Amino acid sequence: MIQALLDGILVGSVVALGAIGLTMIMHLLRFANFSHAELLSIGAYAALVFDGIFAAVLPASKAAVGSLSLTWALFLAIIAAMVLTGLSAIVIDRLVFKRIRETAGPLSMVFASFGVALIIRSGLSLVFGLKTRLYSDDIVFAVTISTNPQLLIKPDQVFVFCAAVLIMLVLHLVLSRTTFGWALRAVAENPALAQVAGVRLSTVVSVTWVVGGALAGAAGVFHALDNQVSPMIGHNFVLAVFAATIVGGIGSVYGAVIGGFLVGIAFGLALVIMPPGYSPAMPFLIILAVLFIRPQGIFGEQR
Amino acid sequence: MTGVVSYLVFFLTIASILAIAVLGLNLHWGNTGLFNGGIAAFFGMGAYMTIILGGTPQTGQFGGFGLVYPMALVGGICASGLLAWIVGVATLKLRHDYLAIATFGVAVAFESFVRNTEWLTGGAKGLRGFERPLEAMIGDPFVFNLCFFVFVLAVLVVVYFGLGRLIRSPYGRLLRAIREDEDAAQSLGKNPAKVRLASFITGSMILGASGGLYATFYAFVSPDDVLPILTFQIWAMLIVGGAGNNKGALLGAFVIWAAWTASGWVLARVAPVEMQLYTGTMQYILIGLVIVGMLLLRPQGLLPERLVISQSGSGTARRSVQST
Repeated sequence: MIQALLDGILVGSVVALGAIGLTMIMHLLRFANFSHAELLSIGAYAALVFDGIFAAVLPASKAAVGSLSLTWALFLAIIAAMVLTGLSAIVIDRLVFKRIRETAGPLSMVFASFGVALIIRSGLSLVFGLKTRLYSDDIVFAVTISTNPQLLIKPDQVFVFCAAVLIMLVLHLVLSRTTFGWALRAVAENPALAQVAGVRLSTVVSVTWVVGGALAGAAGVFHALDNQVSPMIGHNFVLAVFAATIVGGIGSVYGAVIGGFLVGIAFGLALVIMPPGYSPAMPFLIILAVLFIRPQGIFGEQR
Repeated sequence: MTGVVSYLVFFLTIASILAIAVLGLNLHWGNTGLFNGGIAAFFGMGAYMTIILGGTPQTGQFGGFGLVYPMALVGGICASGLLAWIVGVATLKLRHDYLAIATFGVAVAFESFVRNTEWLTGGAKGLRGFERPLEAMIGDPFVFNLCFFVFVLAVLVVVYFGLGRLIRSPYGRLLRAIREDEDAAQSLGKNPAKVRLASFITGSMILGASGGLYATFYAFVSPDDVLPILTFQIWAMLIVGGAGNNKGALLGAFVIWAAWTASGWVLARVAPVEMQLYTGTMQYILIGLVIVGMLLLRPQGLLPERLVISQSGSGTARRSVQST
């Protein structure tokens, strides 16, 4: 039970990272972006490629960090993957969403994001193959941290959790302490008024895509580090990140974090009470429950 | 020659079944502005329920009630409507994208449900044991397929003209009014949430009918029939044909299904052996490109919606047609 809780918190940190960008975009551009979760896949594959490059260029970086399976090469690759995923988010916006935003309504964007998700997912499987990959073939054994109740945890998992929390903390500081943070909140609150006050809307939108994309990229690597790199990562997470944004309230970054952890924990506990085959349905049940009980989510305002 | 004709009948049967689904989606998206991201679930609900109700009893399997065919099909249609009601009540009062997310979710949940609930749905191996209506009496498979095609075509014609009448009626005008300006419609005493729910359920029942016919044709249904790609295919058909225009919906269904079949055929012959595993993936990319490309280049589709402006001038309503 406590093991399930621990595993759930770990999944939750990945879902939360993915949901932050989604909730910001959903609030700012007012459309449900079904292709957001594909950024997790892009991040995971980008790290795979960068890991290979760094390990080849700097052989010294192949040493593992402490007792983790994570090498220094992969550590650098995570940062590079975050940058690349952030950039790809903005490229997708320029190629597709920006153009549709200018001519059509938000539902056309939802629809386009469906198509974009399909293209990214299939493109990744075409380039990298349908088979799953691993960052490292080394087997890292889980460490027993308690025997009664039996609790196992891998050093990588501790790293993932700490790194995710650190990233969220940095984001919190940026949002609450910098001019950009204020600009972002101002635009989300009232775009017209923010523009009057001298905030460039297009810059805020671009930065939001980059930040959201980078966080999603990190989430993808973190998930793949503990599991595998697969073109289905996006498909497997899309509903979970939506559930997290709805639980937290669309537009609330802190809500997305809490929602992410709640969805992750629900995933973990669900595995205890029902057969694993049903777990893809879990986020849907959460969404349905929230919509019936408190449709605006924890931190959302009434619409 | 008979080979070509029987293949043509087969092709047209599937295309017509999918065309029915596109018409259902058109009621959602084209006429009411509802985003249904879970077509596969409503289609699948109709398919599974038809087989469960109309199939013959199988050992170790719930279902196989052996109802007469029309009752089984109607049961499937109603089950889809019920599913739509549950999702619709939760989402239709909220911001539009909640429906998109919830319907997408229902498709994911439905697929994992049918894959795992073996006692009811046969799990991954699917449901068999369905005797196609009148098949034993007709005997010859070709004649049966021809008769079934005529039946599907009849359903398509009924749905097409039924929806045509609905859309031209005052109720259809109400649907478009709500799509265009909800507040204005509400100020005239209309209840948008209620009307949207009715439209959502009706469209989903049409999707269910399409699924029921599909399952009848194959006398078999499995989780592979309710994969997310089905949702994408139906969407591509509608957006290519022209949302809001039922003629466009029909055209799109046949064009995309022909393109899908042809691309599969070509890829299977042209693609090198080591790429054969990836022909499906390439087709997926094509569907994605069609959707995004149409939205960017010709969002109104091949046959755009003809906007009808109603004017209450001299007592009788005059119509002027505006081209977009």
